[in-house]
Amino acid sequence: MIDILNALTLLGNFLIIPGLTYGSQLALGALGVTLVYGVLRFSNFAHGETMAFGAMITILATWGLQSMGVSIKPLPTALIAIPVGIAVTVLLILVIDKFVYRYHRERKASPVTFLIISIGVMFFLGGLIRFIIGPGDQIFFDGTRFILKAREFREMTGLSEGLSLKMTQTVTIVTALIIVIAMFWFLNHTRTGKSMRAYSDNEDLALLSGIDPNRVVMVTWIIVAALATVGGTLYGLDKSFKPFVYMQLLLPIFASAIVGGVGNPLGAIAGGYVIAFSELILTFAYKKVVLYLGPDNLELDSLVQLLGTNYKIAVSFIILVIVLIIKPTGLFSGKTI
Amino acid sequence: MTGGYGAANTLHDCSIGVEKGEIAVIVGPNGAGKSTAMKAIFGMLPLRHGRVIFNNQEITLLKPEERVLRGMGFVPQNHNVFTSMTVEENLEIGAFIRTDPIADSLAQVYDLFPILKNKRKQPAGELSGGQRQQVAVGRALMTHPKVLMLDEPTAGVSPIVMDELFDRIIEIARLDVAILMVEQNAKQALEIADRGYVLVQGNNRFTDSGEALLANPEVRKAFLGG
Amino acid sequence: MPAVYHQYRNQILFSVMAGLLVVVALTQGLSVSLTILNLCLISAIMSLGVNIQWGYAGLFNVGVMGFAALGGLSGVLISMPPVSEAWQAGGLGILFGLIITTGTIASSLFAWSRTKYSKKQRYWVIAGIIILGYALLRLFFDPSVDAIEAINPSVTGYLGGLGLPILVAWPVGALFAASVAFVIGKIALGLRSDYLAIATLGISEIIIFCIKNEEWLTRGVKNVNGLPRPVPYEIDLQQTQWFQEWALDFNMPVDDASAVFVKICYALLFILVIAFLLWLSETALKSPWGRMMRAIRDNDTAAAAMGKDVTWQHLRIFILGSAVIGLAGAMLTTLDGQFTPVGYNPLRFTFLIWVMVIIGGSGNNWGAVIGGFFIWFFWIEAEPIGLWLIETLTSGMSPGSAIRAHLQEGAAHMRLMTVGIILLVTLRYAPEGLIPEKKRQ
Repeated sequence: MIDILNALTLLGNFLIIPGLTYGSQLALGALGVTLVYGVLRFSNFAHGETMAFGAMITILATWGLQSMGVSIKPLPTALIAIPVGIAVTVLLILVIDKFVYRYHRERKASPVTFLIISIGVMFFLGGLIRFIIGPGDQIFFDGTRFILKAREFREMTGLSEGLSLKMTQTVTIVTALIIVIAMFWFLNHTRTGKSMRAYSDNEDLALLSGIDPNRVVMVTWIIVAALATVGGTLYGLDKSFKPFVYMQLLLPIFASAIVGGVGNPLGAIAGGYVIAFSELILTFAYKKVVLYLGPDNLELDSLVQLLGTNYKIAVSFIILVIVLIIKPTGLFSGKTI
Repeated sequence: MTGGYGAANTLHDCSIGVEKGEIAVIVGPNGAGKSTAMKAIFGMLPLRHGRVIFNNQEITLLKPEERVLRGMGFVPQNHNVFTSMTVEENLEIGAFIRTDPIADSLAQVYDLFPILKNKRKQPAGELSGGQRQQVAVGRALMTHPKVLMLDEPTAGVSPIVMDELFDRIIEIARLDVAILMVEQNAKQALEIADRGYVLVQGNNRFTDSGEALLANPEVRKAFLGG
Repeated sequence: MPAVYHQYRNQILFSVMAGLLVVVALTQGLSVSLTILNLCLISAIMSLGVNIQWGYAGLFNVGVMGFAALGGLSGVLISMPPVSEAWQAGGLGILFGLIITTGTIASSLFAWSRTKYSKKQRYWVIAGIIILGYALLRLFFDPSVDAIEAINPSVTGYLGGLGLPILVAWPVGALFAASVAFVIGKIALGLRSDYLAIATLGISEIIIFCIKNEEWLTRGVKNVNGLPRPVPYEIDLQQTQWFQEWALDFNMPVDDASAVFVKICYALLFILVIAFLLWLSETALKSPWGRMMRAIRDNDTAAAAMGKDVTWQHLRIFILGSAVIGLAGAMLTTLDGQFTPVGYNPLRFTFLIWVMVIIGGSGNNWGAVIGGFFIWFFWIEAEPIGLWLIETLTSGMSPGSAIRAHLQEGAAHMRLMTVGIILLVTLRYAPEGLIPEKKRQ
């Protein structure tokens, strides 16, 4: 019995909590990609850089607050700096839309043209970010590191395995939860949210009903910029902020969106967790779990690991390929928001 | 009116009109410009000559949304509901342009189409063809239009459902709404029509009351299959 | 002026490019200028490859980096001497692993196409085969890999290559890229266009991860240095009599002359390849096949209605374009003389190539080449120019100013931003690029 509890604790500590954290980060990213896809109808390759930009502004604001002596310990100061990050990112994205995307939208450019434009935006943002904050690593987490330490857990329960809960993990999961609930409430219960869904579902009919496309596009960009800022900041808090990492996030984010069904917000969230948990489950070393659950005299040489940890990124791709072969519309059959 | 897509004119000086409480039906062979005429009246197609008069006011240059505000409603032939949204949300979006409370109109549509009330929380994409048409018509009714324009409302539905839809359309006309529709099922449509227009190659070939057209041997021979 | 420009556009653009290289030769030295030229040539070949896919068929490949890396890998596998101890230690296991992999794939394909199970059952059968194959693979593979990597890890620790001349690696690199393109194309072509983009983005990331991590094959992040060359070595030249005299004639120090000579040799080789490719693609474009490809690109529904197998044609062109990119990747490794997996990053190897194609003029081979030249030139020269610009602008500030230091540090990143702006401006004001596609009636 104790063995089972130990095994469960082990899984909780190294699989479930990290999976929920990473899944939340991916879900926030995928939600942004899916919204752009649903309303503006293109795959936004600049989304990773948008997340990095939002996170960067939040970091700058955090430093400002720290130098003024503001602190909300045990929570990280970055949480109160996020609104600044959102505001600046929204502004930047709206300016980019006005000067870049709008022109092509009015000429009804093809989705691939938009995709290439988003690559241009990606270059621009990437350069801007590196110019302002540099390509290096930035650590801006300043709260209490642990909510629950492994040692405390062991003392509390008497188990030999410990369960630790980092502040960043809790903050990520809780914030993502709040954002997702707010987002669905907005889409399903407000006039603007419904008009966004209507526009995404059937553009012509939405226009006939008197929905203003410019307003829908603007609201979409605002939400996307906010989601990107929050997602980017949470990822940076949890791992550390490094500009080029956000570009590598692009693949798992797209994979999440497609696995869930592009254009479907519920799918994007589910996809985020599917990708995150698959990565962890396939690269987790089960040796200790097997030792706990197996017979007492069991001896193991190998780590009982399905894939090397280095191959995390391959997992999202393999899942993507399986979905593309078996069900290209994704788990939730997306297309509209 | 004269108008069309690109260089060619699909419509040639054809004229179409409908009065309050009346049902007017446009029939004619494929490619006669029936749907084009509807789009022209609704402002989805620029006119080269001619005018669109509504309530004694010229609205030729207004955008479709502005015509909705003036009291015109339009139900396109295809893709006429938001498939991922519930029935009730479809109706709400229909009233998007309005700023006053919409509860009465909602109740009115549900009275007209009771089945929709039962299914109001269901996504419109999950409904049957006939029910979808009801949603589409209901959506257009949410702005209390004075003229309701229907582009082939019975396309792709079974004869029984078609009869039911026509019954509803008559009911709507009794609410003092002018109804203008394009129909493939010419015979049944002309039976309920106060006025009929037979369009051939963008021209008015025959214009008369529905009954008279049905009785006209030439029309019967050419368009109603004997 | 505009009329003259349009008539002689290609000549003018290429003269401007040549002029820029001459300016660099005069200010920064001939050697620098030739280095840029060589990389310009390779970039031009990569952008030709992308242009074949995008310009001829409208296929959006964001996996350029991966295909280029496969070409580079072929450089290692073909030209490096084999490590016999490693082969003895684990060669058998690796070969066995390859047989198992092939067997697994073959039986999965067989289960997919030749059996009478229902769709759902087939998925399970295939999943079973793959799991079994994978377990077997790990059983034989892992010990061999450990054995190979343990052999003299600071120098070898990998299987080595075949010890063949490196020029053989060029077509082989093309072949490697082509076979991966076949698999990706089979999966993602025929689906929506941006799925191909995301699938290629994914495969390229995975290729790089494999190359970084499979040390028994590539030495991973430890790099493979000292690849053999197709051209003479500087040291040998410096010791030959005729070369010393020749350098004297040109009034150059022997060291410099040898460096320049080697670079010219490379440049000539590359020009040969690019000329051949250009001739090939121009001929193809003018052939009935080229006309059909453009018809498919412009309206694939109509082309399909006329009985053209659109997906199959797309697959062919996707493989062809990827092969060209693979070739360029092998050439790049040859020029560098080393294989550095960490050097592959998507901004430089994928997206920059795309910028070249768009700026040059999608659908036009000459455009792709000039785009490759201009953008690579800019990419290299933007740094000194940016630094000079910042220094001039901030010369009024005090030397110790923190802002000035920060700006100077950031100058290197200006080029990312500028490339982005150039791309956006081109798409808006000159979407056809420098040399637009010729419209035939």
